[in-house]
Order: sequence, then C-alpha cells, then structure tokens
Amino acid sequence: MRYHPLTNADRNEMRRVIGVADIAELFEDMPGGVVENFDLPRGKSEIEVERHLAKLAAKNLPASRAPFFVGAGAYRHHVPASVDHLIQRSEFLTSYTPYQPEISQGTLQYLFEFQTQAALLTGMEIANASMYDGSTGCAEAMLMAHRITKRRKALLSGGLHPHYAEVARTVARLAGDDIAALAPDVTAAEDLIASIDDSLSCVIVQTPDFFGNLRDLRAVAEACHRHGALLIAVFTEAVSLGLLTSPGAMGADIVVGEGQSIGNALNFGGPHVGLFATRQEFLRQMPGRLCGETVDVEGRRGYVLTLSTREQHIRRDKATSNICTNSGLCALAFSIHMTLLGETGLSRLARVNHANAVALKDMLAKVRGVEVLNKSFFNEFTLRVKGDAAALVERLAARGVLAGVPVSRLLPNAGLDDLLLVASTELNTNEDRATLVAELEGAL
Amino acid sequence: MLDQPVTTAAPASFTGNRGLELEEPLLFEIGRNDTTGVDIDEPAPFAPCLGGLERKESIGLPGLSEPETLRHYVRLSRKNYSIDGGIYPLGSCTMKHNPRLNEKMARLDGFADIHPLQPQSTVQGALEVMEQLTHWLLTLTNMEALALSPKAGAHGESCGLMAIKSAIAARGEAATRKTVLVPQSAHGTNPASAAFLGFELRAIPAGRDGVVHAEAVEPLLGPHVAAIMLTNPNTCGLFERDIAQIAKMLRDAGGYFYCDGANFNAIAGVARPGDFGVDAMHINLHKTFSTPHGGGGPGAGPVALSARLAPFAPAPLLLRKDNGLQLKEDVEGTQGFGRITAFHGQMGMFVRALAYMLAHGADGLAQASRDAVLSANYVRVKLRDMMSSPFGDRPCMHEVLFDDAWLAESRVTTLDFAKAMIDEGFHPMTVYFPLVAHGAMLIEPTESESKASLDLFIATLRNLGERALQGEAAAFHAAPRHAPRRRLDETQAARKPVLRCTQGAA
Amino acid sequence: MTSAYFTRDHEYVRVDGDIGVVGVTDYAQSQLGDIVFIELPQVGQRIAKGEQLATVESVKAASEVFSPVSGEVVEVNGAIDQSPAIVNEDALGAGWFVKLRLSDADELAGLLDEAGYEAHVQSL
Repeated sequence: MRYHPLTNADRNEMRRVIGVADIAELFEDMPGGVVENFDLPRGKSEIEVERHLAKLAAKNLPASRAPFFVGAGAYRHHVPASVDHLIQRSEFLTSYTPYQPEISQGTLQYLFEFQTQAALLTGMEIANASMYDGSTGCAEAMLMAHRITKRRKALLSGGLHPHYAEVARTVARLAGDDIAALAPDVTAAEDLIASIDDSLSCVIVQTPDFFGNLRDLRAVAEACHRHGALLIAVFTEAVSLGLLTSPGAMGADIVVGEGQSIGNALNFGGPHVGLFATRQEFLRQMPGRLCGETVDVEGRRGYVLTLSTREQHIRRDKATSNICTNSGLCALAFSIHMTLLGETGLSRLARVNHANAVALKDMLAKVRGVEVLNKSFFNEFTLRVKGDAAALVERLAARGVLAGVPVSRLLPNAGLDDLLLVASTELNTNEDRATLVAELEGAL
Repeated sequence: MLDQPVTTAAPASFTGNRGLELEEPLLFEIGRNDTTGVDIDEPAPFAPCLGGLERKESIGLPGLSEPETLRHYVRLSRKNYSIDGGIYPLGSCTMKHNPRLNEKMARLDGFADIHPLQPQSTVQGALEVMEQLTHWLLTLTNMEALALSPKAGAHGESCGLMAIKSAIAARGEAATRKTVLVPQSAHGTNPASAAFLGFELRAIPAGRDGVVHAEAVEPLLGPHVAAIMLTNPNTCGLFERDIAQIAKMLRDAGGYFYCDGANFNAIAGVARPGDFGVDAMHINLHKTFSTPHGGGGPGAGPVALSARLAPFAPAPLLLRKDNGLQLKEDVEGTQGFGRITAFHGQMGMFVRALAYMLAHGADGLAQASRDAVLSANYVRVKLRDMMSSPFGDRPCMHEVLFDDAWLAESRVTTLDFAKAMIDEGFHPMTVYFPLVAHGAMLIEPTESESKASLDLFIATLRNLGERALQGEAAAFHAAPRHAPRRRLDETQAARKPVLRCTQGAA
Repeated sequence: MTSAYFTRDHEYVRVDGDIGVVGVTDYAQSQLGDIVFIELPQVGQRIAKGEQLATVESVKAASEVFSPVSGEVVEVNGAIDQSPAIVNEDALGAGWFVKLRLSDADELAGLLDEAGYEAHVQSL
C-alpha cells in the first residue's frame, strides 16, 4: 500500500528478529484474537478516492456558485492565496505541538505573534494560543469566571448566538452550575443591567450580536464590576474588530470569539479557531496553551510553551481545563492573513464590509414585504419578511440564491419564524445584491 | 596533531545567520501599521450605521507586503521539525504520514466553501461524508452510534463522560454514582475531564506487569462507581488483557466503560472495542486517521457510543430520511444531553479521515496496525539489551516503554538523552509520560517508517546510550548544540511571563 | 525563644509564642527544582493540621504543601509571591510561606525536632 514503506521482505526479517513466526502472535493478548471480516471495502487508488470524493463534493452548492448572504456565526471572506500556500508547508502542516522548543521555534514564534495580534484586536492585555472555536471558548470563559469570583452562576444576554448559549447551558448543567439566559433579543432592547446581581460570576454579551446589533458594553461592564462579576464579551465576526471600539476598551474582563473570518474557509463549520483574551491579573486562571518569550543558554531570544502547570498534563484533575489541542494551523492562517492585512488593510476590509451591508440595507428598504430591523450593524442584519423565512430561504436556494439564515433554524419555537439574518461581506458584488433583491421581490 | 578536538566555535557572522539557517525578527519588529499586503479599494463615501461605536484609536497592528510575508513565514517554517522531515517517535501521538491527497480533497470547493447553516438540501454531499465516516468508524469499533461534533480528543472525553453522566441521571442515580476510576498511567485529560464534570476520582493501582487486573478493579466497584476510564492499548503500550472481564464486572455493578481511543492505531482493523464491552470511545482523527497535527491542532475527536449510551448523544444528530440526509440540530424529543460546540464538527478533518480510510480500505487499515505493532516490537527487541523497562521486557503493541533505570549511574537524565537526540536529527520520543515509569521514554514509530529509517533510529539510540553509559555526561548536558536554539530557560518564562510583544509597530 | 519543628513531608514551623512561621525545608526546595509560582492562602483563613496550605509550582510540576499545625493565617509572605526564587535561595529564612496563630500547641509534640528531621533526610 502506497503509504506503507515496509516490504514483505522487511516484515519477514523483522519478525525473525523479534522471534515470532506470525504477526498474530503479537496480538495474543486480545480476547477473541484478530478480527478478520470487516464489512468495509478494500483500499482504493488515488484516482478512485478522488473520483469518490469529487462526486460527494459535487452534490453541494458552494458559496462561489451562488449569490451568498449566509452568516450567523461563520462568514465568507476572501483569503489571499499566500495564506493557504504557507500553511501547507510541511514544517507547519506536519509538525507536532511544540513541546521540544529547540526544534519548534517556527511554531512558537508564530503563536507569540498570534497571541499579540489577538490581544491588540480585542483590546486586552494577554491572549492564549487559541481555543477550538468561539463557542467552546465562551464556555471556558464562563468556567474561568466561576474560578475567579468563586461564584457559579452565569447570565447570558439574549443577543448571544444560540449555539454558544446552548453550549454554555450544556456545560453548566453537567458541571452542576447555575445559568440564566434572557429571551432572544432581536432589537438589543433587553434590560441586561436590571438582571445583574451579586450571585453572578459573569455576564456574557455578544457584539455585534446574533441579530447583527452593535452594543455599547460600557454600562454593562460597570454594572458587572459593581456587583463583583466579570463581563465576558463575545464576537463571532473577527473582521468587525477592524472598525469598532474594542471590547477591552469597553471594559470587558474576558474577550472570546471566533476567528474563522480571518484566514480560514467556511469548511462547513470546522475547523475554526477561537480567540481568548483577558486581563494580566487573570493569567493563571486562563485555559489553553500559552507561548512565552525567554532566552536560551547562549542568551538568544526564543519562545516556549509556558505556565503549563495550569494545564491537564500536569495538573490533571485540578487543571483549569481539560483542553490539550489548540487550533494551531487555523491560528497560523489567521495570523498570516492578519499580517498581510495589517491595520490599514483590516480597517479598509471592515469598511468595505460595512459599506456593502449598508448598500444592501438601502436596496432592501425599497422591497415590499421586508423590513430591516437593526438601527446599527456591522456586516449582518435582521430582516423581517412576510411569511415564513425558512420557506423563503428554501425557495431561493432552489433558484440558486443563498439568501441568509432563517432565525428559526437556530431558535425554533421562539415565535421568530419571520426573521432572516442576512450577511454581506467584501465578496458580495452589486450584481449579487441586485439578484437577491430581485429574488425577494419575486418571492414575496 | 589531529587528535585535538576543535574547541572553538565558528566565528559569528554579521547578521547572526549561519548559511541557510536564518534568524527572523518578530512581525512587530519589521511590520508597519501603514503597510498592507492586500489591495482593497476604499469604499465610496457612505453613511455608516455603527451606532457611534466606531473605533477611535489605532489598534497597533503592523502589516507586511506579500513578499515580506512569504519570507517571514518561510523562514519561521524552517526552524520546525516535521514528520515530512523525519521520524517522530512520540508514544501515544501516532505521528504517521499525512497524505497530501487528503489536503487536496478537503480543499474541494464543495467541501471547503460551504456554510454549516445553508439549507441542508444544498449540502447533501457533506452530510454523506459524515454518514460514510460514521459507517466506517462504527464498523471498525462495532458500536452503535457516533457523536461527530467533538473538536479534539479531550473534547471527546468530555462528550463521552457527559453522555455517561446523563445516562446515570436518567436512571435516577445521579446522587450516588459519582466516582470515576482511572489508572495512574492515564493521560492527564482523563482525570481533568472527569473532575470538571464533578466526578470524584479514584486511582486504579497499576499491576506489576503494567496492565490493570480484574482482581484489582473488583474491590473498587460498587453502586458509587459511575465509570472506569481506560486507555486500550494502555499508555505503557500494552493491551489490557482483562478488558472484557473488567467491562462485564463494571456493567454488572451498574457502571459505564469509557475507553480513551488515543492508541487505536494498534488495533484499528484488527479488533473492535465494542466487542470488549466499551460504552464510549473517542477516536483521535489526528492520530489514527492521519489528519495533520498542524503544530498543535486542529484535531477531531468523534465518540463512538454503545447502545445504552446512544440515546444520550448530543446535537447534531445525523438522520437518514426518505428524502435524504438531515442534521437534527437540537435534542428536542430525544434524551440527548445538549450541544458541545457551535455547528456540526470538524468537517475539514472528516474529509481528510475519510480519504485516508478509502485509500486504505479494510485490508490497508489492518496492514497499518500490523506494521505499527511490528515496528514497535522491532525497536523493542533491538534496544532491550541496553534500555530498561519498568515491567520487564515483554511484547508490546504499537509503542514500547522504557524507563531511566539503565541511566542511573550515568548522570544523564531522560531529558538530557532526549536533547541529544535532537542533535542527531531526531525528534525525541515522548518523555516523562506515563507517570508510572520513572523518567519514561515512550517510543511509537508508526507504520510510516521504512526499515532503513527504523534501523538508523535504533543505531543512533544505541550510540547515544553507549556514550551515556561511558560517562560522556557533559556532552549530553550541553545538548542540543545544533538546533536553531539551544536549551531554553523555561523557569524564566514561567517566573516572568512575557506572552506578547509589547513594542509598538512603526 | 523560637523552636523549630519539622514534618516527614519537609514542611517546617518555627514557633515563637503562639505564632508559627511555616514553610518548606531546604531539602524540599532542592527536590522541587526552580520554583516559578506559589499559591498562598488568604489572611484570615483557618487551616487544620494536614490540610492543604499552599501549592508550589515548578516548570513541570505542581506540588501541594500541607500545614504541619492548625491555626489561623495572620500573615502571608508577599515577597515570595513576587519572587518565588527566594524559596530556592533561603527556604528556612526569607522563603517562609505564612504565619499562623496556632490553635493547638499540643500538635507540636507530634512533629520532629531538628535532629530528628536531619536523621529522616539522611535516610532518604
């Protein structure tokens, strides 16, 4: 088999050296012995594998082949060709976790740069080397707040992505903690502050929120701190950080979010990359890997994974988290793309995103049967449509237009069936917008 | 004349570079805020709708032009060891070859450029990938259901234990069944996962022969035991002989069996964990099924569940209906315990793993496991006269465990030995794990190494071992000398953590 | 008059009146290696004999320190919080962890004196 270098002559020789006549002798400890008959096909050549998977891929409608307005936590952006090329270099793609730092300085330096970029973008003092994604990072932030405040109750804003809220609720319930959540908050009208009291370890607020609204977190931050609670700010669209006041500047204690928008394809929802940033004073309670600067025995600057005593491989049952893997290669892709953009490019990219969303909003204002509900937004807003939004999306999909995400898909039975989330990035053209508008007019 | 060793190092160069070995500054030292490697046109003037929340200050993020970016990252990459470059004999990591076909397949537009929330009718091919992967993994494990969403092995452990905790609660025993039994040799993620869910941990004593004995487990069982977590083969590279017996005793006592599947590479296609009575087992796609380690991630840890745990699987659930495949994205109407991640799981890794499985087939997977076990035993037999093992020499599975007793007189520690391997061009084996061996050295060659590669590796370890035993401790303490960096001060990194660049960009 | 008492697990308490200064011995610090961080209790906390008093972190390990006696924490050594290296340099002196107001002087009878501790270390 093309991936197995050992020849039969090699195997014979190795068995002779080991002193077994048959490889089955090395499997003698298995009750029942070797299992022979798996109901699975025989191995395929590269040609056959390609054919098999290409057929499956062809059954999907990729974003490039349709006017595309789907967001709700994962966003389609242009990733420069250099990014994917660089992450496929052997030394990045096929390297292991940098536990032997002397021969992993490539990985360690880019993690150090990534941590710095993440801290700068979120307006916080320190960031870790990434989490699996925004939603698991959000749950970890909640647990971190419990450890710091020694309280075990979280409050979720009604603007939090429903999947993030569901993950937090699952984790809380199974860990035996308390959690309260406000009702879905379509127009950012909730009175979050009225629900903040001394029982809470944290309040979790997303901005831009699930419905696209932009939220000023300053008053919430103040209320949290008055009650001894932490403010956890969540984002799902990293490009928004190029244009908006950072969560750190608004008083957040932990900032956690999804970095997929930068450097990473949609990938049907994974792998993505979670950003996690916080204050210096909370350093030892932060989960996840951390890369730190140091020197070697010749005094040259270098990098190592550090503060490992927080982590599972040392602290075991007393660890801050069970997390082992980070999202290394996706973090690298994020970092490379961010390097290519720089502040100038990122701001411009963010402005284009917002401009496209504003243009779309203006066009939609003229369509009967739809109403844009947001007063503020970045690159995504909520449309109220006449009738059922999910049925509308299916009809438009059959006509080759991916019009957005019906809110009912993530919030069924919430009485929000006429709401549609529409995202607009730099990849939408005037033609795309015109097509969407025409299709909506035709359908409604 | 030529007997004298050269003691002076080569003179330093002006740049600090050494030929092709280049020093590379931080992005923040070479980038500029006003530089960008992406050409984006400013939009025409428009009235923003930002609610007054527009950023007023600079972020401080430097950029580089495209050629500078390429150069920066290419130079960084060249400081890394990688499997494409050499053997990674890391026990319990399964650093096998990462086929490039997998990368090509994962990048097909139809897989990479689809959104998890676009209408399910437009992504039936993606759902079929998930269905086929599920079929392969359930056939290989002989288990009932697969939770696809965990994003890594540890995440899979949480998922499996959450299903167990929910099953116990459904039986009304949540208040009494709170103990999880874990052997001392377990990977740290096992107790960490159990502890965070509120379980109390009890250690299962290790047997003198390195495996867990049913007689040692029996007295620990009772109505207070929620689960046992075992790795099989275990972290000492040995098959847990008593596994079926232990599973039965545990089941009779009302507990659940969690199997850490990190070492599945020894038995994939050769044995089925479901046959042994396992209730939940996570599978590391980035180990057994070749998805690349990427310098630390991303991984994927789908969890196979037994019939009695299947009802508690989290969202999303993949269902085959009359009109096609459907992902049920909530647990309404089921006993599913909830959701552990946004969206559906690591699709990018599913495609890669499925490509690997299709390429191997049942016959190839079995061959891979046999070669993995063969190679580990070959290494064992060729080193056993020199290196000591905590449980004495005995046949192993896909990895072989040595300890540092053989180095006791030498003043060379396991760490020193590992650093000396670096100078020889090898990534060290796993060291100081499992904890049950003193100064552990856990070697897993995998099926991806040629015999010539194994022979060179073995010869090098023998050479290093001889030098250690002959008293060359100083040379080992000074290692590595040839790597891009020599030993780094981890104490300073922990005492005075510097976790970001604080210098502002130009 | 101060008297020093030791445990087999390498903690010490130097007693002066009803105040005990608690730390780890020189043997302990050499076994722990370079100490990078020490997690200390709060002032006002009550600790029972044998209960966990602190956690000492080196680069690759975290070790628990158990209190040799029962009492209330009246002072915590801020210097080792800033510079954990002090414990490596002067475990018995400047590297003390906490001062406890002893609640039961009888507990001291069960501890080793200096000679007894030295003998114990020799036997290891």
